[in-house]
Amino acid sequence: MKSAVVVFPGSNCDRDLAVAIEQITGTAPVMVWHRDTELPDGLDLIALPGGFSYGDYLRSGAMSARSPVMQAVIAAANEGRAVLGVCNGFQVLTEAGLLPGALMRNAGLDFVCRDVALVVDNSQTIFTGRYDAGETIRIPVAHHDGNYVADAETLDRLEGEGRVVLRYAEPVNGSARDIAGIINTAGNVLGLMPHPERLIEPEQGGTDGRRMFAALHAALG
Amino acid sequence: MPESSAMKARVTITLKPGVLDPQGRAIQNALGGLGFAGVDGVRQGKVIELDLADGTSEATIAEMATKLLANTVIENYRIEVL
Repeated sequence: MKSAVVVFPGSNCDRDLAVAIEQITGTAPVMVWHRDTELPDGLDLIALPGGFSYGDYLRSGAMSARSPVMQAVIAAANEGRAVLGVCNGFQVLTEAGLLPGALMRNAGLDFVCRDVALVVDNSQTIFTGRYDAGETIRIPVAHHDGNYVADAETLDRLEGEGRVVLRYAEPVNGSARDIAGIINTAGNVLGLMPHPERLIEPEQGGTDGRRMFAALHAALG
Repeated sequence: MPESSAMKARVTITLKPGVLDPQGRAIQNALGGLGFAGVDGVRQGKVIELDLADGTSEATIAEMATKLLANTVIENYRIEVL
């Protein structure tokens, strides 16, 4: 599986994501700088990491979504290549228009940094094929702007089409309908606030994040 | 002498009605705590001031607003040419 991790100024989970991908798929991703205008050929997966790119100036993810590399990421997504956005990466994907809605300041105003229980709503995706539908898993979150907002029509459509992939099992940040992760219509772009790359070894307190990368490896070869 | 920008514009960005504004709510609570009675609501937004080349059209400024300055999923914007 050939993959790339995009590095923005202020990304801080890019190395964690790269380690997770390498350990689980056996192949290290190419690290791509945000100023690059082209991606390596033949990528199976493009991952956008967590962090505070551009210091969250203007809106979280807003500046990164307009950086040169994102034109290439959008083109690759439209070709059907898998794109995973974690935390700030999810914010970038909504700002870039690859996923609907927006991620706003947490309803409680606090930065939330802890393990949260998540329910896998859709296990029939390339990202979640190693989880069971309805299974509760535990993965850490660490964000200030994870409060998912969209109009009621969009929320109904997401739910109706099975595109709410992960939900918080408990209130975390005020997200509409407890949405923690959504997928695009074509099923190749997933954005989620929790950090699966932070829970891949028992030494980290659990391995529930590992199966997301294992599922991608199985699906993408 | 450098040529000064001949034109200025101000873009005011506000949250759409119905979008919850927890920061505005916190400001409202703080005002109450300071003893200001009768503050029925607070909505926080942004003001962006642009120095522009003379003759920049309002349509171009609107394009700046929709492409970057505002996220029209959750925000409205208002342009004033000063």
